[in-house]
Amino acid sequence: MLGETAKSFLHARSPISALRRLRDERSALGYDPQLWRDMVDLGWSAMVFPEAAGGLDFGFKGLGTVFGQCGRTLAATPLLSTVVLSGGLLMQCASAAQRARLLPQVMAGDTLMALALDEGSRHDPRRVMAQASRVDSGWRLQGDKCFVLDGHVAQQLIVVARSGGVAGDEDGLSLFLVEAGAPGVSVQRTHMVDSRNAANIHLDGVVVSDSALLGVAGGGLQPLDRVLDRARVCLAAELLGLMQEAFDRTLVYLKQRVQFDVPIGSFQALQHRAARLFVELEMLTSCVAAALAAIDADDPQLPLLASLAKARASDLSERLLGEAVQLHGGIGVTDALDLGLLLKRGRVLQQSLGDGVFHRDRYARLKRF
Amino acid sequence: MTDGLSFRAQTRQWLERNCPASMRLPITAEQMVWGGSRLHFDTDDQRLWFERMGARGWFAPGWPKEYGGAGLDADQVRVLEEEMTALGCRQPQFNLGVWMLGPVLLEVGSEAQKREHLIPMTQGRVRWCQGFSEPNAGSDLASVRTSALRDGDEFVVNGSKIWTSYGDVSDWMYALVRTDASAKKQEGISFLLIDMRCAGVSVKAIELISGKSSFCEVFFDSVRVPARQLVGPLHGGWTVAKRLLLHERAAMSKFSEGAAPSHDPLAVALPYLMDGDGLLREPVWRDRLSHLLMDAHALALTSRRVHEEAMAGQDVSASASIMKLVQTEQEVAKYELLQQLMGHRGLGWEGDAFSPDEHDVCRLWLLAKTYTISGGSSEIQLNLIAKRVLGLPG
Repeated sequence: MLGETAKSFLHARSPISALRRLRDERSALGYDPQLWRDMVDLGWSAMVFPEAAGGLDFGFKGLGTVFGQCGRTLAATPLLSTVVLSGGLLMQCASAAQRARLLPQVMAGDTLMALALDEGSRHDPRRVMAQASRVDSGWRLQGDKCFVLDGHVAQQLIVVARSGGVAGDEDGLSLFLVEAGAPGVSVQRTHMVDSRNAANIHLDGVVVSDSALLGVAGGGLQPLDRVLDRARVCLAAELLGLMQEAFDRTLVYLKQRVQFDVPIGSFQALQHRAARLFVELEMLTSCVAAALAAIDADDPQLPLLASLAKARASDLSERLLGEAVQLHGGIGVTDALDLGLLLKRGRVLQQSLGDGVFHRDRYARLKRF
Repeated sequence: MTDGLSFRAQTRQWLERNCPASMRLPITAEQMVWGGSRLHFDTDDQRLWFERMGARGWFAPGWPKEYGGAGLDADQVRVLEEEMTALGCRQPQFNLGVWMLGPVLLEVGSEAQKREHLIPMTQGRVRWCQGFSEPNAGSDLASVRTSALRDGDEFVVNGSKIWTSYGDVSDWMYALVRTDASAKKQEGISFLLIDMRCAGVSVKAIELISGKSSFCEVFFDSVRVPARQLVGPLHGGWTVAKRLLLHERAAMSKFSEGAAPSHDPLAVALPYLMDGDGLLREPVWRDRLSHLLMDAHALALTSRRVHEEAMAGQDVSASASIMKLVQTEQEVAKYELLQQLMGHRGLGWEGDAFSPDEHDVCRLWLLAKTYTISGGSSEIQLNLIAKRVLGLPG
């Protein structure tokens, strides 16, 4: 039901051409606020929050379906950064007062939020080096964040900074609520290949009060990891949908394109390549479904399943999207064909919150080798 | 209609009382009891379990009583299977005839054939082997050339079969033979039952790169087979074979039921990769191992999903090709990796300079090469997926 609604809504209101338009018109916001409002009206921003907090308690299985359809249509939305990452952190470690202040605005779609976490070129939460030092009744934040999804449209940021330990330590990370317009915060939008929102954020002596600290000082990694895993699964779901779209289009092309007087889909070499990609998509579908179910069941296996799903989605996207372009021949590398937009978004998703290399390493660590 | 609940309770009670404890443990290849003329038991428990299940007609519980079965309906057969699985009961006899040929005879065999062949199967007295592949007919099975020419009330069979599992210890063979050399390939094939003890039948075991195997070549030199052993119509054998292959998947799952788990790659790998501090520092091996374990994890989740979808009544017909392709390729990849990380210690052929695990890994590395070839090669599975699932043309 939800899947059907999401599919028809997005195909009508935000097909791939909508992203193309945002790109070509050089949209300053990088998303359509009216579309976001309509998604809020459909309940998407409240879906995964408990009823007690004013949410719809619909679970991540439903949200996963939404993300899958967003993958197929390349719909540009603040869903991941505002709802999954920031909303998730508000639920995990915000005080009642903090939650009461911000969560209703998140669910109403009135406030956009972004998580400022990454610092190096590749995702690695343990390597956070941005400093949080104690000052009178508050904290002083100093450092540079990059690849902040929705960083330039968010009104509220959650900044991960080190209040103790050294880079690489699991202990010592703290989470802070920071107004995007606060003195010392400078946001530079970065124009990414997928035409979606990301920014670098420089924190120059940004002072926040004690009430800005989320959860326990120095104990931020555990709740952060939990929320990151949920986001990773959502990204895997989006990537799966995106790949299914690319694969479906490729299959159509193989059946329609005639060269040497026959449809090229009759060539065995191409048939085998397509069959192998199909098999991998089926395997990934199982992994994503299991990971989404694990979120809703609060399964202790979630970290393992999240890394499994994100690693495999990332690795497969590299292969499948490359194959899709190759199998389309000349038109596959043109901007006119939507496939290029799928390829580009796929690659950004691969790099978000840990690629295959990162997650294979994590999987091994979780399995204790 | 039997009351389902009381049948399950009765079944469970009977199994608990009559299945010896040693027959409830995972089974190894050496412990398999094969029905046939060479039937033998290594333990009293094997004999007891065999005799008790046989007496109940439970070697073929769903078959009519007149043919040696227990006359159970489909639901009751399923209940029996579930209760056996729950208790860990192993198969009392392994019998290709019961699982593959029997259902086909019940569907298309003559009354005389049913009486002659089904009862000995259910009594575990006859062992069957499959005579399909030939040197010139592997993936292209329809190219079989072993000929069967009618002479009076007999067929005279000439030719050979290859990859016949357990051909050297089997009593009878069901074979695809060519009865019309001028017709289109599939339309000139017949399905014939051949007594392996006939004059003119000879069997040669095939040694593989991994050493001894159960595979054999079987040669037919003017073997005279009574015409009443023709199953289905003359020249209609291809259709009979297709029916039989439908039962193959269920049969394969019975073979693998309760089998001892194959090597846990992590447990095997770690001693070869750990440094003095007990840490795996070599990043390349770590990454490869992680890949392997993730592949296995994804497969397990997919297997579960296929099962759930089947239970929910969804169409899972595509899954057979996918599972066969992936399972076999993963086994190959697993033993490749294990052999490599063992280094030269994974390359011992025989002798006590190498541990049993090391020998196992080496032999399995070699034997695994057969998995992606037999039972429908990976290339054939890809063809099936491409054409039947993806609808690609040609």
